[in-house]
Amino acid sequence: MNSMVQVKHSEAVGAAPGIGVKPKVIARDVNVYYGEKHALKSVDLDVPERSVTALIGPSGCGKSTFLRCINRMNDTIPIARVTGKIEIDERDIYDPTLDVVQLRARVGMVFQKPNPFPKSIYENVAYGPKIHGFARSKAELDEIVTTSLQKAGLFEEVKDRLNESGTSLSGGQQQRLCIARAIAVSPEVILMDEPCSALDPIATAKIEELMDELRANFTIIIVTHSMQQAARVSQRTAFFHLGILVEEGATETMFTTPRDRRTQDYITGRFG
Amino acid sequence: MVALYCAGIAVLVIVGFLFGRSRAAIAERSEPLHSRPPYHGAYVSICVLLPMLLLLAIGLPIADHLVTSQALHAFDPAVINDDLKRGAALRDIVALAQGRLPGEPSIALRRAADVYVSTHSWTYNLILATGLVFGLLGASFGLRSLSTRFRARNRVERVVKWVLLAAALVAVLTTIGIVFSVLFETVRFFERVSPFEFLFGLQWSPQIAMRADQAGSSGAFGIVPLVVGTLLITTIAMLIAGPIGLFAAIYMAEYASPRFRSFAKPLLEILAGVPTVVLGFFAALTLAPLIREVGESVGLNVASESALAAGIVMGMMIIPFVSSLSDDVINAVPQSLRDGSYAMGSTKSETIKKVILPAAFSGIVSAMMLAISRAVGETMIVVMAAGLAGNLTFNPLQAVTTFTVQIKTILVGDQEFDSAKTLAAFALGFVLFFFTLTLNVIAMQIVKRYREQYD
Repeated sequence: MNSMVQVKHSEAVGAAPGIGVKPKVIARDVNVYYGEKHALKSVDLDVPERSVTALIGPSGCGKSTFLRCINRMNDTIPIARVTGKIEIDERDIYDPTLDVVQLRARVGMVFQKPNPFPKSIYENVAYGPKIHGFARSKAELDEIVTTSLQKAGLFEEVKDRLNESGTSLSGGQQQRLCIARAIAVSPEVILMDEPCSALDPIATAKIEELMDELRANFTIIIVTHSMQQAARVSQRTAFFHLGILVEEGATETMFTTPRDRRTQDYITGRFG
Repeated sequence: MVALYCAGIAVLVIVGFLFGRSRAAIAERSEPLHSRPPYHGAYVSICVLLPMLLLLAIGLPIADHLVTSQALHAFDPAVINDDLKRGAALRDIVALAQGRLPGEPSIALRRAADVYVSTHSWTYNLILATGLVFGLLGASFGLRSLSTRFRARNRVERVVKWVLLAAALVAVLTTIGIVFSVLFETVRFFERVSPFEFLFGLQWSPQIAMRADQAGSSGAFGIVPLVVGTLLITTIAMLIAGPIGLFAAIYMAEYASPRFRSFAKPLLEILAGVPTVVLGFFAALTLAPLIREVGESVGLNVASESALAAGIVMGMMIIPFVSSLSDDVINAVPQSLRDGSYAMGSTKSETIKKVILPAAFSGIVSAMMLAISRAVGETMIVVMAAGLAGNLTFNPLQAVTTFTVQIKTILVGDQEFDSAKTLAAFALGFVLFFFTLTLNVIAMQIVKRYREQYD
């Protein structure tokens, strides 16, 4: 049954996973309902490994909803219901025997508004490793915290005040702290839900630069409202409209020669 | 008379409003208004209301004083300086004037009653007439100041501000008044008993100081047994209410389904509405005997009134208090923090333990503090279940007594209001007030200090 769906999908969209890399995340016929509302309609998408995939579309189009399916954050909303299949490394993440908590350790998430915990900078980054028991000693934990902060490009700015509260940082620093917190548990996939929408242009530029570095090691899926941002940071782009995945493909092709009329209208600024 | 006066106020206020509004509405036809017509109406109403209320507030006490002094003077000028006789004479005069004095009145009394009636009627009529004149003057003043450019809206705004300020002042001044009245009586008490003995004495037995000619009339006013008793019961109560209330709040806020929450939460809050006297007899008649039986079956000596029974029931009383406040605090922790923690792959209880409770810490501590001040100030349960004897003991199975119980015991019944025993109640009240005040201040400091960090 499932293989049939896959065949049908590849015929319909004709999209082999992009840039010749095997897909990390595979979504097939994903539907999401919030109570009566059908928020996401039969979405099929392949996300290639070690690259940045941007999800774009007007507000309420279902792109954040789709993102939250990939780490099953929709489970925390009582009225949300998800059908279809999402696989990460060919393992169905909606399999009832799968441990959601373990899944979320493998699929990190960065939110729209920076949400550091009301703890010290150090404790924020050490939170995940401590819970999952990644560090056997204080020295190992220090090491994880340091490298995570370095990878998030924050270490130089905060190395002298690791014991200060995470909430005392500026907005851009807070968001990079959240990225450091996410990568401290070495996830394979990082989901970013409009990570720059609360930030100023300079902080945004820093985060975008960071994404470019991170894609060497992580598979990144980012929801963004800014088409320029999608064009700058992503290799592949998927355009959502009214709960439907309208079009997806290599970012360059999408922005120069979109196949669908709606995509063209959106990226030329005619709606959205 | 007062009813008539109020009716007069109401009529004049309404008429003034209608007049002012229609006057403004007419003026609007020729020129645009600064304020809408209803504001002009309201302004006229205020011009009527304020002088009339002021007159009533000042006139009534003056009239009453005049009436009683005239009547007493006509009765017998000698009684005016004697409080007791004065009160008795006044009661008789009023009763006769209202035609409900049993028996045959004396001539002097009849004369006094006549004076009372006549003075009463002319002073009150005077107030009524002056009030009406004031009201009409106010109305005409208000109507005359109206014009198209008149800023009625801003004037009304100012009056609103003063009215609100007055309401706030009433609350504040009442509190200050209570504190000072208690303080003065406390100072009088300390003229009789030294503060040192009061604060550090180990024996509490004010009952023996009833009469001067009684043996051992000096009494003993050491509050240490009361402090210990109060703390003992409060500790037991908090040991029960603290964890249960907090855990209930966590369940309600984080785990319960909306359906369960929608009926369990009101149900829990009903517990807070159970009159404490009902909880008190539950403690005294059900729980205390039970504890006694259980204790005796394992060979313990349990008093029939015990700190344990009172503490347990008081703990039950404050569970909803703790849980309701903590629930609010936990719900106030932003959802984004929960999402952040879940997205890191932590479980619900890890999220609660490591993120939510630390973030809600200040609120939870202040909820506990408020619960403690409730427990310390609670009277009825301890009166019924804890006993009266001022035992200095830490044993929860013994009868102990608390501040509130002693205040109640001292003031119930006929008392002389200048004996050390009676005044001791005020001193106890003052210490109690000071204690709960300190708790509240600490709670506020904690909230202030940690809130900045977490928002």
